[in-house]
Amino acid sequence: MALSTTDVRHLAKLARLDLTNAEVAQFATQLSQVLAYVDQLKEVDVNIATEAIANVSGIEDGMRDDVLHACTSKEHAAILEQFPLREGDQLKTSGVFGG
Amino acid sequence: MEWLTIQQIVDGLRSKAFSAVEVTQAYLDRIRARNGAIGAYLHVMEDDALASARRVDVALAAGDDVSTLAGVPLAVKDAILVAGHPATASSKILQPYCAAYDATAIAKCKANDAVLLGKTNCDEFAMGSSTENAALGRTANPWDSARVPGGSSGGSAAAVAADTAVAALGSDTGGSIRQPAALCGVVGLKPTYGSVSRHGLIAMASSFDVIGPFARTVADARTLFHAIRGKDRYDATSSEAASSQPQAAYVKDLRIGIPKEYFGSGIDADVVTAVRAAIGVMEGFGCRVEEVSLPLTAYALPVYYVLMPSEVSTNLERFDGIRYGLSAAQRSPHTPMRLYDVYAKMRAEGFGAEVKRRIILGTFALSAGYADQYYKRALAVRNRMREEYRRAFERVDVLVSPTTPTPAWAFGEKMGDPLAMYQSDVLTVSANVVGIPGLSVPCGFVERAAVRGAGTGGGTVRLPVGLQLLARWNNEDALFALGESYEQATGWHQERPSV
Repeated sequence: MALSTTDVRHLAKLARLDLTNAEVAQFATQLSQVLAYVDQLKEVDVNIATEAIANVSGIEDGMRDDVLHACTSKEHAAILEQFPLREGDQLKTSGVFGG
Repeated sequence: MEWLTIQQIVDGLRSKAFSAVEVTQAYLDRIRARNGAIGAYLHVMEDDALASARRVDVALAAGDDVSTLAGVPLAVKDAILVAGHPATASSKILQPYCAAYDATAIAKCKANDAVLLGKTNCDEFAMGSSTENAALGRTANPWDSARVPGGSSGGSAAAVAADTAVAALGSDTGGSIRQPAALCGVVGLKPTYGSVSRHGLIAMASSFDVIGPFARTVADARTLFHAIRGKDRYDATSSEAASSQPQAAYVKDLRIGIPKEYFGSGIDADVVTAVRAAIGVMEGFGCRVEEVSLPLTAYALPVYYVLMPSEVSTNLERFDGIRYGLSAAQRSPHTPMRLYDVYAKMRAEGFGAEVKRRIILGTFALSAGYADQYYKRALAVRNRMREEYRRAFERVDVLVSPTTPTPAWAFGEKMGDPLAMYQSDVLTVSANVVGIPGLSVPCGFVERAAVRGAGTGGGTVRLPVGLQLLARWNNEDALFALGESYEQATGWHQERPSV
């Protein structure tokens, strides 16, 4: 499976990542090589529908009580401190619509 | 106060041979003397370290008993959060970030009165095998300054190898503890997946990541592992280890398997010689040794390079330039920016090439029309591999192999070809794919010509070789038992780089 520069631009948009033309070209080449390498997985005769299990921890139905654990005022302050743009205690960001 | 072990520190404090402040100061002085050349640390926490050490001395003077890690100076990979200090994962996108909380593993170290010396360099977001992908700083191998320390936890490995920390924490997703441990001649443990909480570890690939210890002896690695392990309410994939099978009473009762697929043509001949000699030592203990076959081994790296980038592409979505870290909007707060640009420009500026590559690869493997063929297929092969290892561990207790295909290589040597760099994890990655624990211990040295033009004086250099032990899930005890017997019989851990 080879990736074209069009493919890479499309993926970059999905990933919200601006790429330069040079990066697009380079990644198309490099990632095509990686995909060629991983294509050997087709040699393994698996039933994808039944065998593609995502659970790796072995834990099933891991439940906990629906109880709130509030963060401490120190943690709260530390988190707010990290906001790049802020008004009072509120995080400031560009609007989702009309921008 | 140099080349100390955890036990020596604890004994020395108890007997009042020295104080915790004296030990910590000695290590801080060595960091000051050596970090310029080695570059293991990005950030030294001098004030906090001395404050912790003082608290230990006060407690001891008051007659309190000595905790397991009391006064022990530790280094911490910069992908692990220590509250109030930078946590950058060696990425520009997190350069402004200050951790708001302690990782659970860090909280446990603090509860055991450890002293945290500082944050160590790593490949950016733990993506790499040489620490050359670090966006902040450069780390050299203490055995040869022209060569890489390995990665991604290269800084932690180098800090321990150069005696600028007694032990360290790193993380292992495809080999990122074991491989730099092997290249730097120290002990590194990848614990069983889920046995150490991932809370506070900046996530790379959540079904592969695990925090683990570096140390200069197996006993120290064991002590640090026991201090940080356990089920954590903040990590739903963590569990208290149930003893997986009856443990061997003596080392000689451990059944050893030599997986033939780990000794393929790509492995350096001198590395194989050192590992075969180590196997001979184990036969001398009386262990039964047999060759085993794990035919799916060749698929481990392909499985990893489909699933890991997929998880990376999702995990790194959180770096959006909005809640923390580098922010374009912060630079020009009065220029309205489209939300798309807030994301896309900051991520372009803040992420390095390897990180971008893996995000794009993962986005592809998860995308509509390809997810079945790539992501789900890889999941299915992963499950087959788990089954293959489960069957192998019915017949043997420990698998023995080289940790890495080669000793440490020169800076720049593998940077031109991503696939070549990925291959250096070929022997370590299976353990992450199936979730089993793995230990790397030093098993000798090879001689290589000095890197040309490196200004290190020509001639030859001695480079460490690592021996990898793998055990079934939650059977770290077998790794420690065999590893420690081997270590005591051979003494490789007493060799020192000239720093």
